[in-house]
Amino acid sequence: MIRTLSARHSRHVSYIFRRCISATPSRYSPGNHGLLPASQSPITPKPLFFNAVSTDGKSLPTYRILDGVGNVIEGAELPELDQELARKIYQNMVLLPIVDNLLYNIQRQGKISFYMTAYGEEATIVGTAAALLPDDEVLGQYRELGVLLWRGWGIDKAMAQCFGNEEDMSSKGRQMPVHWGSPEHHFHTISSPLATQIPQAAGVAYALRRDPSRRGKNCAAVYFGEGAASEGDFHAGMLFASTIASPTLFIARNNGFAISTPSSEQYFGDGIAARGAGYGVDTVRVDGNDVLAVLNATREARRRCVESGRGVLLEAMTYRVGHHSTSDDSFAYRARQEVEDRKRIDNPIARYRLFLQNRGWWSDAEEEELKDSLKKDVMRAFKRAEGLKRHELKEMFSDVYGGEEPQNIKEQREELTQLLKKYGNVWEPWKAELKKFKDNGESLTGRAD
Amino acid sequence: MFARAARRLRPSRPRTAPGARRCESTDAEPPPAGGHLPSIATSKLLRTTRDAALRAPGIRWLEDDPRGPLQDTVGGRETRKMNVYQAVRDAMSIALAKDDNAIVFGEDVAFGGVFRCTMGLAEEFGRERVFNTPLSEQGIAGFGIGVAAMGHTAIAEIQFSDYIYPAFDQLVNEAAKFRYRSGGQFNVGGLTVRTPAMSVGHGGLYHSQSPEGFFMGASGLKVVIPRSPIQAKGLLLAAIRDPNPVIFMEPKVLYRSAVEQVPIDDYELPLGRAEVLRSGADLTLLAWGTPLYHCETALSLLEAPPPALAPLVPAAARGARVELIDLRTVLPWDAETVLESVRRTGRLVVVHEAGQTGGAGAEIAAEVQRRAFLSLHAPVRRVAGWDTPIGLQYEKFILPDPIRILDAMVETLAY
Repeated sequence: MIRTLSARHSRHVSYIFRRCISATPSRYSPGNHGLLPASQSPITPKPLFFNAVSTDGKSLPTYRILDGVGNVIEGAELPELDQELARKIYQNMVLLPIVDNLLYNIQRQGKISFYMTAYGEEATIVGTAAALLPDDEVLGQYRELGVLLWRGWGIDKAMAQCFGNEEDMSSKGRQMPVHWGSPEHHFHTISSPLATQIPQAAGVAYALRRDPSRRGKNCAAVYFGEGAASEGDFHAGMLFASTIASPTLFIARNNGFAISTPSSEQYFGDGIAARGAGYGVDTVRVDGNDVLAVLNATREARRRCVESGRGVLLEAMTYRVGHHSTSDDSFAYRARQEVEDRKRIDNPIARYRLFLQNRGWWSDAEEEELKDSLKKDVMRAFKRAEGLKRHELKEMFSDVYGGEEPQNIKEQREELTQLLKKYGNVWEPWKAELKKFKDNGESLTGRAD
Repeated sequence: MFARAARRLRPSRPRTAPGARRCESTDAEPPPAGGHLPSIATSKLLRTTRDAALRAPGIRWLEDDPRGPLQDTVGGRETRKMNVYQAVRDAMSIALAKDDNAIVFGEDVAFGGVFRCTMGLAEEFGRERVFNTPLSEQGIAGFGIGVAAMGHTAIAEIQFSDYIYPAFDQLVNEAAKFRYRSGGQFNVGGLTVRTPAMSVGHGGLYHSQSPEGFFMGASGLKVVIPRSPIQAKGLLLAAIRDPNPVIFMEPKVLYRSAVEQVPIDDYELPLGRAEVLRSGADLTLLAWGTPLYHCETALSLLEAPPPALAPLVPAAARGARVELIDLRTVLPWDAETVLESVRRTGRLVVVHEAGQTGGAGAEIAAEVQRRAFLSLHAPVRRVAGWDTPIGLQYEKFILPDPIRILDAMVETLAY
């Protein structure tokens, strides 16, 4: 045993260009020296170095059910799935890029200021959404519109938020596009700083644990990319959810890029999944482009999470087909061919469609009809949202504080009001800007005091 | 024989290693970890009788039975002698007792906390409601935000305000902006972050800081700093119940040394309102937390300087009637009270331990000079820590003390 180990070690040393992953030598038998006092750690007479969590030294396995053309792979079992649910999943996977497409294009046309698409990640987003209960609390990063759409939030509300118009309840026009939120749909408002939502999710889940009507029933599901997982907040969240114990489902969307930074420059270990074991947390890695595997893995992860009342980690391996956002041109750092290849070879929507068609649960005719009708819906919602104005100007100053409004807010509102009265009709930039608000600024300028 | 008797009578001393120097004061005590400010024990700012305590201005009594008759009277109410950590603990105990959704968490809170503020709470309310967190301030703040986002009451502790910076992103980018950015749909009003602050006498760079200035730009947060046990209990209960996230900075040197009779009932003191501790017409002296006690000493030196100082305190200054104000809430700060005072006195001296540049005094000075420019007889003067980190052996010269406050008042009066 010991001689085999040293032979392996010397081979490792010679492979200096390959990442050295040595296994935890589970077969290494230390002899019986007992345990370290007050611990479960067996004493060993030889110093033991390891740098991987998998027992065979290779990367953690990735769970898959469907192959690239929609067939069930050997050994895999289909999740519990009726036709209605299967079709709903598909329809949402098709809806998402149609919405993305329109919003991306109107940003290019200057109609909204910013957008982020989720191309390539439809299976991860819709598959996880479908596995959660409608009242599981969701804390997203920014690419999870699909979860809100799954929950029936509606395209109109998405449009409203992106336009920041008078119907935007997510943020009353205060946030950039894609910063949605809806308490009714248990979707916490998106914020730009990355990973801040991760320890917050551990707190949200703790509140669920403390609520007798939700304890043991709900979890808090938090989404983040593999880049965001580098933040200290990821570590804090995992630590709290595992140690204090709160039913937090950590969903890492490993899509290969954090803007231009590929995952090979984001971490040295075996992805995000390898970190779970460090926290003592149940972890699974799944093919994020296989919606059935995502569905099944998330259901199981959720079950463990809710039953144990502790954190569970799911890493969905996927690929960001689109640019990071409308402010990014990803061809500045990756070849077009790479993207085209991935779209062709590993298309989450195509894979799943083939599966459905094989079962007789979908057809080309229905495909046409669905795309047509969704495109019409999306176009209609866009035209409507485009025509609306912004909230009343006074919303600039409300909601900074709850309860009694502090003097400084009052006084500053008054100061701006005086300036608007003085210059609002004679200074062209202000005049033009005021017209964009539904009240033309009168909620401030028309004030009696 | 005498030598032997003498040896027997000498008290035994601990053996020292050969060659080691014998310490002169073998029976001295180590400085108390919580610090020690002798002037506080005799401070007139503290209400040490039951009557005075029950009449602390601004108290709002919260009754156990909201349907019962309103008992504004103080007759029949009890007080108990408490120091600041006991008052803080009492406030949290009331909050936990009355609000089933309240929890208390932070590093080392379960055994009672490094300053004893949470003593007995875990035993009384259980480990699900009072518990230790791992050592991560960003985790504590983030976790607290999540709890509060669900409408629960999260009472978090950051062990020393010197370590609040890892939580800065969560507090400034998330907690402060939670309500505004969600169009009012979500809020974390249920979050209160308690943290010991200010100097302790031997804390050096990292156990002495006053970070309130850093948070002034985080509109949406409130920052509250109590000066005494009565204030600590009432302001903390108000902070916990305020519909906004509040950072509650407790001057740690006061934990043991400030002792008052404190009403045992549930009561609140108002946030966002300064308190005038002493009326005056010639100069406004504004401070919060520990420096208030140095202000008190400075005032007595001004009125009746000891012989050694007398030549340095002009006779004209000695009769000055100084208005002493405790700001209490640093964000949002009570400009109305301060300005009403300065418009009468024409002179303002602001005292704080935090470094001068960018400290809260800078904001106050700017607003006061803008609004009361024509009323001022002298520039607004700040007495603050120097712009150095708080070097251990130099503390007595780095942080404002009675002499610097006295000097500032004399100069401002003579301007």
